[in-house]
Amino acid sequence: MAQSIIAVKHLVKIYKMGDIEVHALRGINLDIEQGEFAAIMGASGSGKSTFMNILGCLDIPTSGEYLLDGVDVARLDKDELARLRNKKLGFVFQAFNLLPRTTALENVELPLLYSNNHSSTQRREKAMEALAAVGLADRAGHYSNQLSGGQQQRVAIARSLVNDPVVILADEPTGNLDTRTSVEVIEIFQKLNEKGITVVLVTHETDIAQFATRNIVFRDGKVSKMIQVENRKLASEELPKIPVAMDEVE
Amino acid sequence: MNVLNVLRVSYRSLARNKLRSFLTMLGIIIGVAAVIAMLAIGQGASDAVKQQIAGLGTNVVIVFPFASSQGQVRFQAGETSRLTESDAVDIGAQCPAVEYVTPVVRVVTQIIAGPQNWRTSVMGVYPDFEQIRNWPVQSGSYFTSTDERTAAKVCLLGQTVANNLFGAGAIPLGATVQIRNLPFKVIGVLASKGQSAMGQDNDDIVIAPFSTVQQKLAGTIYANLLFASAISAKAVDTAVQEITQFLRIKHNLRSWQPNDFTVRTQTEIASTADATTKTMTLLLASVAAISLIVGGIGIMNIMLVSVTERTREIGIRMAVGARGGDVLTQFLIEALSLSLAGGIIGVVLGVFTSKFVSDIQRWPVVISPQSIGMAFAFAAIIGIFFGWYPARKAANLNPIEALRYE
Repeated sequence: MAQSIIAVKHLVKIYKMGDIEVHALRGINLDIEQGEFAAIMGASGSGKSTFMNILGCLDIPTSGEYLLDGVDVARLDKDELARLRNKKLGFVFQAFNLLPRTTALENVELPLLYSNNHSSTQRREKAMEALAAVGLADRAGHYSNQLSGGQQQRVAIARSLVNDPVVILADEPTGNLDTRTSVEVIEIFQKLNEKGITVVLVTHETDIAQFATRNIVFRDGKVSKMIQVENRKLASEELPKIPVAMDEVE
Repeated sequence: MNVLNVLRVSYRSLARNKLRSFLTMLGIIIGVAAVIAMLAIGQGASDAVKQQIAGLGTNVVIVFPFASSQGQVRFQAGETSRLTESDAVDIGAQCPAVEYVTPVVRVVTQIIAGPQNWRTSVMGVYPDFEQIRNWPVQSGSYFTSTDERTAAKVCLLGQTVANNLFGAGAIPLGATVQIRNLPFKVIGVLASKGQSAMGQDNDDIVIAPFSTVQQKLAGTIYANLLFASAISAKAVDTAVQEITQFLRIKHNLRSWQPNDFTVRTQTEIASTADATTKTMTLLLASVAAISLIVGGIGIMNIMLVSVTERTREIGIRMAVGARGGDVLTQFLIEALSLSLAGGIIGVVLGVFTSKFVSDIQRWPVVISPQSIGMAFAFAAIIGIFFGWYPARKAANLNPIEALRYE
């Protein structure tokens, strides 16, 4: 059995809103292994976003245990969490979240700025490599508002992988994209996954979930189903089947 | 994140809002420029005062009547003596540290020359006045001791008086002027002394022999004050002591009685005047400093707006690994850059303003490096002080909420 990169036990998250306690997570037990491509699914309010925030070290659980690559996250302070986000995690968001009025290259360089051990030429090289990996090397100098949605999301992916993370966390990365662009983005995730990077993806689209190796369904703050995907789809095979929309023609 | 990167990131975000950054800086620019200009003008005024007082003469000692310490207390009649011509003559004879001495009697009156008239003060002095006040003639010559003895009706005109009575640039030697209906012969025109420290025109004056003014114009047996000069700069203090001791004896003052006169020296007057201009300078600079603080509040305001506006950016930075400290440094550096850039521009503007003022108004202006340093340091402190709170606010943002912020 492959090593667990994410190991979660009895994870509970309670938000306090005044006097009311909101139980967002009611005891999650989950192991995600090295090299897995997991899709987390569930209705709105099922706790999947809260779970992703905790996985992403942006939030700490109320109780329970979370080991990320062997590190007990619950015991870390703010700065150590920031360091962990920088070194071990890559984020991809639904809204892309690129810095406005900043070039693609600078956006990709951003995590390297905060990791302190790269010279400016090294940063540039690594960022260019990451951009090349998502097929956008020729757009390095473009500002984020000059890029299409799909391109922006690819820049975001490049940013997430530039610091060689162990896990890439993607929160509805295809939510703002059309079908074809979604599959293009998923193709990149699959490629990265083949190279050994663990991918955890939140989606509510069943089609997209079929590209993962495992589907984890959340319901009311608990894992209700875990399905190993049979007949896993490959984006590279699906792509030619999708017609090119008119507005996508350049 | 290292300093260079922080600087680069800060610079970029400031450059994104050029107009806003400039307007924010404007407060600091005006503040710093005002501080520098005010200090330069104040310093210039102070230096000018010192020069004027130096122009009062060499090693001058002035004796005023009445005790400065008498306050509200009224003395018995006859106990308060006044200065007389004989005081001056005796000081000259009895005090070895005193080189020259002259009594001064002053009358403010109308002077008429043909169709023109002018109101000015007529000062009656000994010819030694020239040496004491170091005030030569521009043309003609001083009256002599014979004129003094005979109470001759001769006078010297100050530049302003000569210009007003006889037209600009006129040299009215030999002309006659009417002072209180007495004809005075003009025997000289005094060299220009310009404005005094207090803004009075030194050249608005007429000088005549003491005896003439005392007997024919003032009708008094007293002198308004005595001018004396010490034999050297070092002897000024000795001269003051000698004059004080001598006058106490001459005026029959007992040991418990205060002086009925005041002896002051050029340095004392200089320091008083200096204190006055320093107070003025301080006042002006404080007003300017207030505008600097207002500028600082402007920076704080804009930084707060900026933090709110860039909440999402802060969230993104935190998500990719920026620590609270990194965000704090970035925003602090932004505030500091604004205030320092404002400071630099302000210094340049302040220097130009000072030069402009000195050119247009003909005010003496002295720009000291200390005032530049001080204004600049003040700008930096303001940047840190007013940048701290917004930066702290940015650093304490919750990354999840920041990312969700619309």
